Order: sequence, then structure tokens, then C-alpha cells
Amino acid sequence: MPRTPAAVVSAVLVTLMVVLAIIGPPIWGETAEKIDAGAILQGASAAHPLGTDNLGRDLLARVLVAGRYSLALALAATLIGAVIGIVLGALPSVLPRRGARLVTGTVNALVAFPGLLLAMFTAVVSGMGARGAVLGIGVAIAPSFARLTQTLAASVAGADYVLAARMLGVPRRRVLGRHVLPNIAEPLILNLAQALGGALLGLAGMSFLGLGVQPPDFDWGRLLFDGFARIYVTPEVAIGPAVAVALAGIGFNLLGDTLAKRAARTAVPARKEELAAPEPSGAPDPRAVLEVRDLTVTFPGGVTPVRHLSLTVRPGEIVGIVGESGSGKSLTAAAIGGLVPYPGTVTHAALRLDGREVAELSQKELGTSLAMVFQDPMASLNPALRVGGQLAEVAIVHQGATRAEAARRAVDRLGHVHLPEPAKQAKRHPHELSGGMRQRAVIAMGLMGTPKLIIADEPTTALDVTVQRQILKLLREVVDESGAAALFISHDIAVVGELCDRVVVMYAGRVVEELPVSALAKGAAHPYTKALVDSLPDMETDRSLPLASIPGTQPAPALVGAGCAFAGRCALATDRCSTSLPPVTEYGIAHTVACWEVS
Amino acid sequence: MKFTDVTVRFGSFTAVDSVSLEVPRGGIVGLVGESGSGKSSLAKAVSGLVRYSGQITGASRVQMVFQDPYASLDPRMKVGESVAEGLLELPRAARPDEVTRLLGLVSLPADLASRYPRELSGGMRQRVAIARALGARPDLLVADEITSALDVSVQGSVLNLIRSLRDTLGLSILFISHNLAVVRYVCDTVAVMHRGRIVEHGPTEDVVGRPAHDYTRTLLEAVPRLQR
Ligand code: SF4
Repeated sequence: MPRTPAAVVSAVLVTLMVVLAIIGPPIWGETAEKIDAGAILQGASAAHPLGTDNLGRDLLARVLVAGRYSLALALAATLIGAVIGIVLGALPSVLPRRGARLVTGTVNALVAFPGLLLAMFTAVVSGMGARGAVLGIGVAIAPSFARLTQTLAASVAGADYVLAARMLGVPRRRVLGRHVLPNIAEPLILNLAQALGGALLGLAGMSFLGLGVQPPDFDWGRLLFDGFARIYVTPEVAIGPAVAVALAGIGFNLLGDTLAKRAARTAVPARKEELAAPEPSGAPDPRAVLEVRDLTVTFPGGVTPVRHLSLTVRPGEIVGIVGESGSGKSLTAAAIGGLVPYPGTVTHAALRLDGREVAELSQKELGTSLAMVFQDPMASLNPALRVGGQLAEVAIVHQGATRAEAARRAVDRLGHVHLPEPAKQAKRHPHELSGGMRQRAVIAMGLMGTPKLIIADEPTTALDVTVQRQILKLLREVVDESGAAALFISHDIAVVGELCDRVVVMYAGRVVEELPVSALAKGAAHPYTKALVDSLPDMETDRSLPLASIPGTQPAPALVGAGCAFAGRCALATDRCSTSLPPVTEYGIAHTVACWEVS
Repeated sequence: MKFTDVTVRFGSFTAVDSVSLEVPRGGIVGLVGESGSGKSSLAKAVSGLVRYSGQITGASRVQMVFQDPYASLDPRMKVGESVAEGLLELPRAARPDEVTRLLGLVSLPADLASRYPRELSGGMRQRVAIARALGARPDLLVADEITSALDVSVQGSVLNLIRSLRDTLGLSILFISHNLAVVRYVCDTVAVMHRGRIVEHGPTEDVVGRPAHDYTRTLLEAVPRLQR
């Protein structure tokens, strides 16, 4: 478990406070109550490090003893606030529509009301003293808890599993208890720790205003109140309780923070796999636009989603990478484009674009020679800017074009990707275009430069089939015209089969087969490729037979063993398959396979 | 089960425009269309999740299986508890046996009941969701894009399951998908939706083989195919 300074500080402070609350009164209780007429209202001295009060009682002892009472009051206030808040927040999920609206409205009004005023009002109404202060602070905390509960509950209430439960006729109260509360408990509990810190400060404030604890009882706030009158003469008498309140407040607040951060972090299996940096490979292939040798992507904890991948793309060629979710195909694309998210690391023997190492290319060169298209076009478009302006920017930044030139080129490119009335579209914002039009605009953006390679990662997955068909046609057109090459990543083997010239099949981070598209349907050799092709229903599938499917699941990147990753699901698997990795071998013309049982 | 003139409006937008359709007992009717065609709104209307005008008759116990099996199971509930949600009418003691039977119906082992959804693959989760829906003994099952979040390699087994459930239980199913190849494989009849209306409805082989409406033709031509 990683330790941050905040986590350590909060753990120390909170432990300190708890210990103090337990041992404080038994140890120093007597000293704290001992009246000494000879030492009234003293400042700091060796006998009384924090001075004495108007009855000559030792203030250090009193501060240490007051810890238990202060914390207990804060806890009580927090619990009151939490209970009221959670009930108020959860009510709208069970009440009929009108009642729900009333409760929501009340909570909204209360949230807007200043907390301290609410606390003071409640305290005055319910009588001065500790009870009033605790109630007051509790009531002041409640609205924010109610709001939090409401927001969290509303997000869970929209979840599919809650809809499913409603359809099954599960009563609303039961839905609340079984689905909603358990799923929002965690953030609520985390919030509790923070609220405790707040309550502590709030209660001290109340006591300080004279609304809280009354003598002869005392908490930190009361001590502060008593000491404050003397702050100009002997400031140390106020400092003790002030420091105690501050430390406790900080401690609980940080604890809440730390817990929240820890809850948000997902556990990674701790397994370390040493990765030797691959040997740099020899001379560049002169006929390749993209040359990738021995590419590996690793995440901390030995998770390796892409393993020793090599591939080559030639000019005018569209190469498809096909694989299921978790096969590493998208990370491969990201690694080639330099977009692997932190904390992933990429190693390779060679990653060359048009014969030059990508690492040596300037941002400008990379920007004009590589175009990327993603599943979500909004990932590439700024929603706040007009489409034409965004395209023009590419030409201005990367090619030093003038504004007018760039704008003209942008309209020309938009026309090139068959956007109707390009001049008009250029003036629009991305949200005014349909999904298919946006994807065209992104492709047009890539064409502002003179791309050598277009990487398209699931560019049509979010689109309707009719629009998908148009975008695929456009990609082919663009490649044919510009002589650029394309790397097309997709989970859909039929789409890949339609668009691409060559297909690279990935499974669990590795390339298992590479073959010409003409061989995909009937000539595939790897058992996984074959099974994938068989399990795809198409317009000719025999409806009287059951559909083929592959038993089992693809191993997660952290669980891939030494041998063939497909062994657990493969009908041809032998003992050798699970212990040693099948090498990539030539199978036919431009056709390679990694399987022990294929020869 | 029969819809007559079902209309769903969101504000001034008409998502479903007086649609009439029939799902015969033990039949699987496919509903295809693109995004915005109104097919999902129609599904929600049948399931009682949105308001509609018009009539839906003959389906008093409708259950729905959702698209995303990662969102449709409560992550904090064991599989058995999720499946048992539809069994509130049964006495408590009879529920475990019924859960086992339901899991068996979808070809899942009984010991899966004590696992959490996060330990299951997408295909298995979708089976659990189907088992849960079957527990309520539906007279109509609405399957809304149930394989589009799944990998191709497991899609087949879920589709086979849907067909076998129809055969063994005589279940009536409204099967909604954007994927014509999938619909063609699973359904007896297909209704094509476009802009809130059903533009064509007929036996699967006819709609796919001899489409009558231009839009159906466009849709068919756009289906990506492997050259076999
Ligand atoms: S190497 Fe073995 S397990 Fe892997 S695909 Fe070939 S036969 Fe199957």
C-alpha cells in the first residue's frame, strides 16, 4: 500500500487523539480539577507549561483531559447530522413524486442556508449548553449529507440493475435497502471522517461563542473561550486548546481524504516481471511506411497488455488489427501514436515512420505525417471551437500557413471528405454535426497535413451501419488518393475483412496470425482466427445450426502464462502449448502463424 | 402480445410514432433499426419504463435483459441474490433450489450463485441477467441489444441460448438489435424501424431475401460481410 505524507500525518494525528481520549481523564483528571489559590491566572512556567486558569488549575492538564469530551461531542454531532442527512437524502427515493419534490426542495434550501447560523439558531432554540451545541452542529451538518446522499442515490437509481429490480417488482423500500444504500455506503462513510473534523471545529466555535459547553464542564472550545480574554497578557493559555482543536480537525479531515483516495484506487496484482529492453534492430525497411519491431507495453505490477509485437505497413496498404476486448489492439495503436497513458511504459527495438525513428521526429513532423482517428470523434474535436477553425489551426501551427490560406484549405478538406456544403459546416460547432459528420471532420483534420500513416482505432464502432459503410468507403478513398497507409483497429472481423488488405490477429497481447484478407474467411490457420471467423453470424449463416462460439475467456494481461495464451480454450491444445510459447512461423505467402499444431 | 398504435413522446419529439406489432406466443420478433429509430423507446414502453399512448395487450409479465451486462448486475450482490430478486413471491426456503434451476436453464453451474459479478465474464453475466428475468416467469422477454457489448467469440453461445429458451420454454421474445446478421439468425419475423415507424415487417427470410422497402435495402447493403 503506497504511503503518502498526508496518510501518515492523518494516521498519527487520529491515533494520537484516540489515545488521548482514552488515557487523558484517568491520568490527568485529578490535576485538571485541582484548585490552587496560590497560582491563579499564571502564564507559562515550569510547573504549568501552559499556565493556569482563574482557579489556579493547570491548563495543560485541562487541555489533555478535555480531549475525550470534545471528541465525544463531535462524534455525537456527526452521527446526528449523518442520520438526519441520510434519511432526508434517501426519502425522495421511496416517497411518491410530490413528497419527493418537497423533501428535495427543503434540502436545497437548507444547503443554501449558512451552516453556522443554522447551528446557532438550533442551539439557542434547544437551550444553551453541550446538548444544544451538539444538536446545532448536527443540524448544520445534515443538509450537506442529505445532498450527498441524494446525488449518490440518484446516480445509482438510474443504473440498469435498479431498473431490472423494478421490473421484477421489487418494492421501492427494498430497492433502497438492497441496491441503493450498499452502493453508496462507501462514499458516505468516507465523508463521515471529514464531517467529524468539521464538527470538532464547529463545536469549538460554538463553545467559543459561549453557546456550547458551560462550566464546570469544559471542552477545547470552552478552554479557548476562557483563555481568549487573556490573550494579550498571556497568549500561551489560548494557544494550547487552539492547537489541540486544529490538530484534531486536520487529522480527521486528512483521514477522510486518504480513505477516499484509497477507495478510488483499484488494487493491482503485485507481480514483477523484468523486461529486458529489446535489442535495437538493424537497418530500416525501405519499403515500409510503418515498421514496428518488438513493441511491448507494460504497466506497473508486471501487467503487460502488448507483448513483443512486430508489424509492417506498406504505402497504399490498409492493415487491420483485429482482436477482442483485452487483446491489446488499442494499446498497440496508442503506443505507435505515442499516446500510452501514464504509468504505462513502451519499449521497442524499432518504431519507424517512413524510415525514421518516431522518437527522433519533431512534434511538427509527427503532427503532419501521422493522422489519428478514434472511436469518439469528440476526443479529437474541441467542443468550444468551430470545426473550420480547428482544422485551420493544424495548417497554421504545423505548416506555417496564413490564417486565410489555412481557412481555405480547411473548407477544401471538409469538401474532400464529402461533407455537404463544407463552407457552412466549417462555421459550425462539433455538437451541431451528426456522429458520422464529426468523424468525417476528424478525417479531414488528418488530411490538413500530408499524412504518411492514418491510424484509425474503432472509428466506426459508435456509428450506424449505413454511416459506417460511408466512412469505410471514405477511408479507402483517402488512402488510394494520398498514397498514405492506414492501420485500422477493430473488434469486428467482418469490417476488417471488408476494408483491409492485410489482417493482423491479436490475442492476449500477441500477434497470433497475420494473413492476406483474401485468406481470412477460408484460409486462416490459427485455431483462434478460425474460431473467430466461425462464430461470426452473417447473412448466409445456416439458421438451422447452432452458432459456433469459443468456450472460456481470454486471460487478463496479468494472468497470461508462459505458453500459448489460447491454450485454455483451444481444442487442439497439447501439453506443450501451455508451457512453451509457439514461435511465429511462415505459413504461406505473406502469411504467418504462431501455433504449435499448424505446419 | 400485441401493440396497437403505440406512441412515445419526449417533449415535442416523437420517438415512436403509432406503431402496431404482434409477438405471437413462442415467437421471436426482431426489431432492427439505427440509432434514433425508436426501437429502444419502444422496448422501454413495453417494459413500462417510459410513458406511452396506445395499447399494449397480452403481456402482463414483461421482463427485460439490458445491453450492458456490466451495468445490469448489482456489483455488491452475489449472483444468487441477484437471481433471487425475481422470486419474492416464493417462500424463502424454496428460493435456493429455484436459483439453481434458473442457473441451469441458462447453462450455468449452481455454485456460481455464491460468486460476485466481477468474477464473471461478460457472457456469463448476460446469462445471469437472463436467468434473473426468467425467475419472474415472464410472458414476454425483451432483449435489448443483449450481445452488442459482448465479444464475438461468446456472442454465439448467448444467441444459441435465446433460441433454445424459446424452444424449451415456449418463451415469447422481442429481440432488439442494430445487427441484421444477428437478428436474421435469431428471429422468426423481423420488423424494420425507421424514424419512429415500422417500415417493413415480415418473415425473416422474406425481409432479408426480398426486402420490400428502400430503407431495408439500404440497411442490408450496409451490413459488412466477410468474403467467404
Ligand atoms: S499453440 Fe496450441 S493452444 Fe495455441 S493455438 Fe496452437 S494448438 Fe492451440
